[in-house]
Amino acid sequence: MASEETSLTRRTLGGLGAAALTVAAIGATKAAIAPTPAQAAPASGDTIKVGILHSLSGTMAISETTLKDVMLMLIEEQNKKGGLLGKKLEAVVVDPASNWPLFAEKARQLLAVDKVAAVFGCWTSVSRKSVLPVFEELNGILFYPVQYEGQECSRNIFYTGAAPNQQAIPAVDYLMKEEKVERWVLAGTDYVYPRTTNQILLAYLQSKGVKPADIMINYTPFGQSDWQSIVASIKKFGSAGKKTAVVSTINGDANVPFYKELGNAGIKATDIPVVAFSVGEEELAGMDTKPLLGHLAAWNYFESIDTPENKEFIATWHKFIKNDKRTTNDPMEAHYIGFNMWVKAVEKAGTTDPNAVIDAAIGVAVPNLSGGYSALMPNHHITKPVLIGEIQDNGQFNIVSQTPGLVVAEEWSPYVADTKYLIGDWRKPMSCGAFNVKTGKCGAGGGKKA
Amino acid sequence: MRRLVVSILLLLLMAARMPAFAQQAAPPAAAADSVVATALADLGSGDYDRIRHGVSALAFSGDDRALAIIEALDAGTLYVRADHKLFLKSPSGAILDAATGKAAPDVMASGLHEVRVNNPVRSAMDAALGSLRLLSPDAATRTKAAEAVFHSHDPRALPTLEKAIARETNAAARRRETQARAAVVLFIPATPLPARLAAIATLRARGDLDARSLLDSLHNQPPEAAAAAHTAVAAIDRSLALWGVVQSIYFGISLGSVLLLAAAGLAITFGVMGVINMAHGEMVMIGAYTTFLVQQAIRAHWPDLFGASLIIAIPAAFLVSGAVGVVIERTLIRFLYGRPLETLLATWGLSLILQQGVRTMFGPTNQDVGTPAWMRGSIDVGGLSLTLNRLYIIVFAIAVLFALMAALRYTALGLRMRAVTQNRRMAAAMGIRTPWIDALTFGLGSGVAGIAGVALSQIDNVSPNLGQNYIIDSFMVVVFGGVGNLWGTAVAALTLGVVNKFLEPVAGAVLGKIVVLVLLILFIQRRPRGMFPLKGRAAEA
Repeated sequence: MASEETSLTRRTLGGLGAAALTVAAIGATKAAIAPTPAQAAPASGDTIKVGILHSLSGTMAISETTLKDVMLMLIEEQNKKGGLLGKKLEAVVVDPASNWPLFAEKARQLLAVDKVAAVFGCWTSVSRKSVLPVFEELNGILFYPVQYEGQECSRNIFYTGAAPNQQAIPAVDYLMKEEKVERWVLAGTDYVYPRTTNQILLAYLQSKGVKPADIMINYTPFGQSDWQSIVASIKKFGSAGKKTAVVSTINGDANVPFYKELGNAGIKATDIPVVAFSVGEEELAGMDTKPLLGHLAAWNYFESIDTPENKEFIATWHKFIKNDKRTTNDPMEAHYIGFNMWVKAVEKAGTTDPNAVIDAAIGVAVPNLSGGYSALMPNHHITKPVLIGEIQDNGQFNIVSQTPGLVVAEEWSPYVADTKYLIGDWRKPMSCGAFNVKTGKCGAGGGKKA
Repeated sequence: MRRLVVSILLLLLMAARMPAFAQQAAPPAAAADSVVATALADLGSGDYDRIRHGVSALAFSGDDRALAIIEALDAGTLYVRADHKLFLKSPSGAILDAATGKAAPDVMASGLHEVRVNNPVRSAMDAALGSLRLLSPDAATRTKAAEAVFHSHDPRALPTLEKAIARETNAAARRRETQARAAVVLFIPATPLPARLAAIATLRARGDLDARSLLDSLHNQPPEAAAAAHTAVAAIDRSLALWGVVQSIYFGISLGSVLLLAAAGLAITFGVMGVINMAHGEMVMIGAYTTFLVQQAIRAHWPDLFGASLIIAIPAAFLVSGAVGVVIERTLIRFLYGRPLETLLATWGLSLILQQGVRTMFGPTNQDVGTPAWMRGSIDVGGLSLTLNRLYIIVFAIAVLFALMAALRYTALGLRMRAVTQNRRMAAAMGIRTPWIDALTFGLGSGVAGIAGVALSQIDNVSPNLGQNYIIDSFMVVVFGGVGNLWGTAVAALTLGVVNKFLEPVAGAVLGKIVVLVLLILFIQRRPRGMFPLKGRAAEA
């Protein structure tokens, strides 16, 4: 029964409206706190537990759910091959719900309660920064599969995504050389990855003689959906008689409306090309790509790579997910490489003890999907080829440029004054994430600037 | 008059220079053959730089095969065999030898690879197709071709351009062709000063961003021409600055119309009924997914109807979201009337359930909702470029607002709704089934949210998170406008939109949003009941 008498007056309603606003604002940041219980099995001696720390709800679910699935596939494949050290692998899936503090909580649960041997997870840099102290405190191992801004080198994290010199800088070089770009728009979402990447790119462009007047930097909030005035200002910036390009570090949901607006505003790739670092096959899947023909992305992997390894990977993925239309993307390859590296390191160490595995991992090399071998370097980053692809009308990328060899990651950028002299090397006896070659002293490696 | 004289002068000057170009345009037959052979070898080389040169050389070889080959390359129907020989697929599906134009029936399609292109090749292709299509019988094609030549300003296109202008009958095409010629002559070193100045005047008269860009890119001009170009750029900038203000207003109205659509349903459920419905965004999301499903069905069964898919989706989304709304009201909200905090928490929980439900059913990734051809592209009005999808959304938002007002004012249901919200007990005494009206009112608000989902599917992601992005803005609009007042909601949406769009270029998107929120909080402090609070008896329901 609806109440026959409501005591609610308009006046209280107005006040409640304000309350609703506040709660709505809180709701947006804390979206979906409801934790999914871990698929925790009783601790038993005959399995090795692998933690999967990817958001399955909230804003990042769009990207991270796929990574959870690919990890489950890799673990299943490994178990078919007989497991690891004679034991079966067991996945422990938790849902940090796109909530950065919850990432730290879930990481603690994986390490302290579930006692997992290694964790594969995180997407945004802010989530990685949130779990980093937990991994360092509890001495866990995290494989982080996404391209990121660098400027970090923790003993407990293996960075299997690209550092800026394995993605952003080669992309800028390509545009300078092949498309003769002289004017740059650095557009990004307002958080740590775009800001740090743009800081590095700014220093790099200036070192190449680009004047400050030819660089425009623009930040937008997460989930920006109205791009009209920003696209108009990009168009205006691009009409100064010099070839202009947009370097996009726009992340997540905001990309679709951004590209839709570009298409509607008639900005073609031959006028102002956009090179993106966070847009892959997955993000394009929900879009009509005809107006985007020729816009670029820089990654270390594309689904369209023509190698037997990649074909097999795609076939396995389609079989596992039971859907032939699901795409593969760069972070999936990073997990593929990272997982195989971890398996090799555990086999080499003969144990899953974190200290032994961390020491054994350095120098491990496994095949990547573009036909070469990626190696885990002493700076806990891996070697990768850099590919530039142009968007095609079928949602795939046409690879227009590939580095001749593999690129070694620069974890600390040489273009930023603060980190110019830093290197990371976790081999003994140095064992330091931020060694200053000028002063000969070791700073902290965990994301802090030394 | 003066412009005419200048144009004639320009024509004469060009005519004097014609022989030099004529020679370039029509090389002796044997030489042309070897040019074409080299160009074809370049096209089949697999190297982007060589393909680009090949396209350019082929386009200006004067050879008859050029257009067909480059059009095939543009359409992705030009193929290369392992021995670098080129083939193209005719529209009928037959495979032809690109070099001879004859059918090649014994060539297997499986041995052929599509010739890939990149952006520089695409630019060369645009320029080539532009100069090749200048003499097309279709005026629209000629206009487009002239635009392409304008962008490429390749001096080799000049003879064809002159020929096209001389026989042009269409005014719009002639204007573009004249502008293209102005662009081209500025990049020919031998052009005399008067012709240069005339060309700069033509570009200044064009006055858009492309003209500005071209004028700004001029180098090595004689001092007088450089000065004229500089003045022209400044003049264009002045007029564009004025248009910029108009453009910001339009962007603001456009953003406002989106906010209005998202908030209109909430203006009913929250504004009229007083239910704090945190799952409102999810009603919008359900509307967007309904649009997706309608399109899927149409794609599968009646592909001819695709253009009308959005129109069909509007009632479908209204019914689906409305039905979900009625179910929610009957099963959840009716137990919580008069307990706003519990309503808030319950509907918030519900919004999470709905999101995760959709995520489980459709997957976490974006769904592809297509845009019908009539909503694509943009139209130019003066210095403005209005994108069609935004324009339709503005019209649609206004239509929804008026339909909603009419429904509340003129229908029996609307009358009962107003009666129940104003004095529930009196309405019940008059024989109105108030619980039934509550359910229908909530259903109406949810249905309107569903309609908003149809519009939002055109500009935003269709993903489970769609609704979350709009819930805060929707509450903001309703509270700012004055709870329970549809006009207030409309004015509030437009005000917030326009303020936002004027702040964005100055303060940046992030700071702009913060400033808007701070202003709004200050406003609510001064006038807690919004811009247009209800007065009189209705206010004390």
